[in-house]
Amino acid sequence: MKDHYDVIVVGAGPGGSIAAKTAAKEGLDVLMIEKRQEIGDPIRCAEGVGKFHLKQHIEPDPRWICADVKGSCIISPDGTRVEMAEEMSGGEVGYVLERKIFDRALANESALAGAEVMVKTRATDLIIENDTVCGIKLMHLGKMHEVRSKIVIGADGMESKVGRWAGIETAVKPSEMETCAQYLVSNANIDQEFCHFYLGNEIAPAGYVWMFPKGGNKANVGIGILGSKSGEDRAIDLLNDFMEKNMPDAKIIEMVIGGVPVCGTIDRTIANGLMLVGDAARQSDPITGGGIINAMNAGKMAGEIAAKAIRTGDCSTDTLQEYEELWRKTIGKEINNNLIVKETFVNFTDEDLNSLAYSLKDVNFTSMSLLDLLKALFKANKKLLWDLRVIFKDFIKNDIDFKYKAE
Amino acid sequence: MSISVNKYICGYCGACVGVCPTGALELVETWIEVDNKCTGCGICQKICPLGAIEVNR
Repeated sequence: MKDHYDVIVVGAGPGGSIAAKTAAKEGLDVLMIEKRQEIGDPIRCAEGVGKFHLKQHIEPDPRWICADVKGSCIISPDGTRVEMAEEMSGGEVGYVLERKIFDRALANESALAGAEVMVKTRATDLIIENDTVCGIKLMHLGKMHEVRSKIVIGADGMESKVGRWAGIETAVKPSEMETCAQYLVSNANIDQEFCHFYLGNEIAPAGYVWMFPKGGNKANVGIGILGSKSGEDRAIDLLNDFMEKNMPDAKIIEMVIGGVPVCGTIDRTIANGLMLVGDAARQSDPITGGGIINAMNAGKMAGEIAAKAIRTGDCSTDTLQEYEELWRKTIGKEINNNLIVKETFVNFTDEDLNSLAYSLKDVNFTSMSLLDLLKALFKANKKLLWDLRVIFKDFIKNDIDFKYKAE
Repeated sequence: MSISVNKYICGYCGACVGVCPTGALELVETWIEVDNKCTGCGICQKICPLGAIEVNR
């Protein structure tokens, strides 16, 4: 460890690693720190990811791909099934990853690109001078150090402190957080080609249960419920209920828990000398809870703009504003559209959900994107889905894909 | 007012840190640290996926 770098990345998840790799490839001197002694472990993730978007960042490798998914299947409270085909499901199916290996592969790529990686190293504060972030204070093996940098990239996840230290409000309300529990199970006996989503206010209040295939008759079976609905029954209790009723023969071999921000875009993700990416910037998708691709895309943007800022010698918000604008018009646009969908759906009764699913019984799903699905739903249920009309208007006006494509 | 985190229940996911309005909590590797900014508001207690947090009254 040196006492000065161009860029310090806090957190070695997918967002941090892509930011570090991008910055290092631009010729910058990069330090990436991870507070845990092992990158990628323990996971806090259902591990589903869209193929198309993943391939923009890394060549798929069988060492970290557990299952190749052909589509997704949504199951309404009365058991009505709605199936969507491959590459048309909104980008959140495709592969089910082994995050423990995937995250390490990404960190390794950033190391190979020239970044210095330090594990068991935790940021404890920012160095702020003249209203500008000039580095971090960190602890490694019980010893405190100060390391200076031109830019800090906060990729410190859902439990981010970096933004708060810089005066950026990142706290989310209970009604803006899905509280989640998941088991990795063997003897799952599910269709290994489909990701399954179970909706229902009894099963998962303002959330859903997922079953993602992990290969070899294993599956990630998890639940997310809105924090404001948690209390008497918690995520873990509802998951245990679901398992007992629906998967009595499954054998639990791992427990995973976590929180997913579903708050929509926050007001600010930059400060002088600082950018936030991924869950730290609350860039997870409010419908699916997926955050890997958004974090990686934001990480790439932040890495590139860090290089640009350092080349021009101005790392203030004047230059970093470009990051803010870039992610908002791509990732942010999608997040805010999906927030409208989420806020409509969390208010539905089980009867509403059943009738929505039933309204799709005659729709051909072979070429169905999530937007097409929503359009079909809207057409058949205008009254129930009236709040969603703004989305379609917006999409028609701007003619953009529901899942934005790389520019 | 403060909280107690039962380390035998806690799964160190950090969800409580994300919702803490005062920034009093921190996830340090495998445990949660609480500092004196904690007001005992109980939001973390509500959202904990495993029910590891109690508000001290």
